Amino acid sequence: MLRFLVGRIGLLIPTFIGVTLVAFSFIRLLPGDPLDLLAGERGIDPERKAELLRQMGFDKPMWQQYLMYLGDILQGDLGTSFVSKKPVLTEFLTLFPATVELALCAILLAVLLGIPAGIFAAVKRGSFFDQSIMGTALVGYSMPIFWWGLLLIILFSGILQWTPVSGRISLIYFFPQDTGFMLIDSLRSGEKGAFASAVRHLILPSVVLATIPLAVIARQTRSAMLEVLGEDYVRTARAKGLSPLRVIGLHALRNALIPVITTIGLQVGVLLAGAILTETIFSWPGIGKWLVDSISRRDYFVVQGALLLIAAIVMIVNLIVDVLYGLVNPRIRHT
Amino acid sequence: MPLLEIRNLVVEFDTAAGPFRALDGVDYTVDAGEVLAIVGESGSGKSVAMLAVMGLLPDTATITADRMAFEGRDLATLSPKDRRQVIGKDISMIFQEPIASLNPCFTVGFQIGEVLKTHTRLSGSERAARVIELLKAVGIPEPERRLSSFPHQMSGGQCQRVMIAMAIACSPKLLIADEPTTALDVTIQKQILDLLLKLQAESGMGLIMITHDMGVVAETADRVVVQYQGRQMEEADVLSLFESPKHPYTKALLSALPENATGDRLPTVGDFRALFETAPKEATA
Amino acid sequence: MTEASATQTPATETAVAAKLASESRNATKAMLTEFWYYFSQNRGAVIGLAFFLALVVVAVFAPLVAPHAPDTQYRDSFLTPPVWEAGGKAAFLLGTDAVGRDILSRLIYGARYSLFIGVIVVTIALSGGIVLGVIAGYFRGAVDTFIMRVMDIILAFPSLLLALVLVAILGPGLTNAMIAIALVLQPHFVRLTRAAVLSERNRDYVVAARLAGAGNMRLMFKTILPNCLSPLIVQATLSFSSAILDAAALGFLGMGAQPPTPEWGTMLAEAREFILRAWWVVTFPGLAILITVLAINLVGDGLRDALDPKLKRS
Repeated sequence: MLRFLVGRIGLLIPTFIGVTLVAFSFIRLLPGDPLDLLAGERGIDPERKAELLRQMGFDKPMWQQYLMYLGDILQGDLGTSFVSKKPVLTEFLTLFPATVELALCAILLAVLLGIPAGIFAAVKRGSFFDQSIMGTALVGYSMPIFWWGLLLIILFSGILQWTPVSGRISLIYFFPQDTGFMLIDSLRSGEKGAFASAVRHLILPSVVLATIPLAVIARQTRSAMLEVLGEDYVRTARAKGLSPLRVIGLHALRNALIPVITTIGLQVGVLLAGAILTETIFSWPGIGKWLVDSISRRDYFVVQGALLLIAAIVMIVNLIVDVLYGLVNPRIRHT
Repeated sequence: MPLLEIRNLVVEFDTAAGPFRALDGVDYTVDAGEVLAIVGESGSGKSVAMLAVMGLLPDTATITADRMAFEGRDLATLSPKDRRQVIGKDISMIFQEPIASLNPCFTVGFQIGEVLKTHTRLSGSERAARVIELLKAVGIPEPERRLSSFPHQMSGGQCQRVMIAMAIACSPKLLIADEPTTALDVTIQKQILDLLLKLQAESGMGLIMITHDMGVVAETADRVVVQYQGRQMEEADVLSLFESPKHPYTKALLSALPENATGDRLPTVGDFRALFETAPKEATA
Repeated sequence: MTEASATQTPATETAVAAKLASESRNATKAMLTEFWYYFSQNRGAVIGLAFFLALVVVAVFAPLVAPHAPDTQYRDSFLTPPVWEAGGKAAFLLGTDAVGRDILSRLIYGARYSLFIGVIVVTIALSGGIVLGVIAGYFRGAVDTFIMRVMDIILAFPSLLLALVLVAILGPGLTNAMIAIALVLQPHFVRLTRAAVLSERNRDYVVAARLAGAGNMRLMFKTILPNCLSPLIVQATLSFSSAILDAAALGFLGMGAQPPTPEWGTMLAEAREFILRAWWVVTFPGLAILITVLAINLVGDGLRDALDPKLKRS
């Protein structure tokens, strides 16, 4: 297991170096140099510009610039936002909990609904339920979620007026946000109705963000279950006189979960891409909206930093999923 | 009263090409302490019959029988729940592919203990002791250590021993072995057969041995049923079957044994097909 | 054997060649018939295919089918609701948008963009992915490691994020969006092709072709590749739908096709501010995306089932 882990981490290092190269090249590939972007239409005095470029190290050879960039990253310096003048990492850490809260709710929703739906469809293969569940899953899988979000806003916020349109909590509440997780902070604040307000703000974005992972997990669970249900060991379990619940819920599911866990891990990228759209639609103050806003504001050091951080998150989560995969799969754990 | 009595068992499968009759009116009787061998080629329906007894056929199978009784109790009319109390306890079964038949995600100890947990009232520590006792009985060295092994860490022969331990955990009255040695190395085959016979002799349970191997039949069985394409060709005690086979198919089967090779060519059952195919020639031409 | 063929006259040789050619044609035909049999068993896939073909026809003949030009603004009909709602006009079946353009006509013209995006993106991603994948799988070693590490790097970024950043570099617009999406989708093709090539390259038929003197190019693309096509066809179908989705998402974020292009995602972006006032300007473009993507995914599922020999047996 340790060797497995070390091997996986070893594979990540070249990928991470590649990711830093991409982030590094991003700024240099942009049309014009960073200062033109910074100065905007007003322009900048050429001497002052040359001076600034020297200060930022842009006159050095590329490879030196890259090494400097790597050094900065290792010290946790991801650059400074042109707009807010705050370090990119600080901004990221302030906004990240909002995205994590949303993504966790979404993946929880997707797993808690998707796995049972997939199991049920597999067990009742070919039935009306199977066909409806899989039909719905295919619609979810094909869903343009930015439109789906707007549709839900029309229905639940517009017509029914059940849920708010945007933000994380109603503006009438004001309390310290120590953890950055609105559900936790609102509970700790003790303000009446604050938690309920946070929940109501969270529902629609979570549903929207969960849609595609839910569909993917349901489909994958079904096909993994179908495969496993035909295996000899499931027949053995039935031959032991075990109840159908135990045969399906323990012997079959335990094996079917192995590929499903990989699928769940792959949804992290989907979730972060989805967060870009979902947070934009619901004005959710997370890193997705931050990224889109920064691109439209041409705040490119933020984009560069976000690019690196998001890729690092995806890689770390994939590593965790690989470890989990090894833990649930005895054939990898004991080799 | 026979241990297992089956009269006129018919099994049909729904397939895309219409119903397929896998078994067409076969009879079996097994008494306590008796070893019955069911022989036939693949497709002869020998496994299907026993899977029907165990209730392990898929939903696409339709099972009808004049009588399908275990210890006088009609298996067909039992509720699924009552039937599960018989299956795995009084009737148990082992299969052809021992490694694939064990769940790769659970330890050997868990998988054997599970049978005891389902069918007995033993406490946790009593179960653990019984599992070790069972592993010893099936000849697994260092059973205490093997408890926490996973199937992929063991050889095929050892997995089959674990399957046997699982099958005899509740001292069944009838053990069905479906080609238990086919997937194993030749040297291991003999050991597994001897183990099965030893356990059968010690406990006095009935044993049904499904096989395509006449050698296995000769070594193990008291009585033999010969099947071909879902029909029963012959039933006889093992000595008279080998000495004076009555049905042409049985003769063909025996002629195809390696010992009966003439010159450099081994006859196949197909060489004798004309003798036992009852279908009229015009229909097949 | 050689003696026999040496005595054959040229005439019989061409006859043999013709016979071989016709046999191979028959085999291809039989394969297609079998494929169609399995594909047509899947009702959803057939419906999806029918819808997709209908969409192609509508897109090709858009000027004939659409009741209005996509960019004509009817000043007397801003935000007219669909015909069945109170205030609807028969001239505008699905209503008009905020500047009085007929939504149905814009959707019909928009189908052209979506299909065009799908075709171009899949063509780029597929051809690039196949070439890289075959090279990686065939040559192994350092080339393989390098290609696969680069693909890992691309896959470390969420697809939409990378596409957004690429568009930021290249500048917003439909062409750049398509390039970005193709680049993001490509690693999947590389991985699939490589895996298939790896499993095929040591098969007997490849060894036989090599011994018969086939060169690297022939072995890679003529001998091995045709036997790796099934998963690529399925992936191409699925990529077609994700290309449409991603392009629409970029359009929605203002980074794809620019107004007044009647691209469906761009239409949604323009319609966003009217979401609580005029549901139809938001609903119909999204519905068009959903149904199109759904139809293509149905076809993809059907293709997978029909081409997957493992499922065929059961």
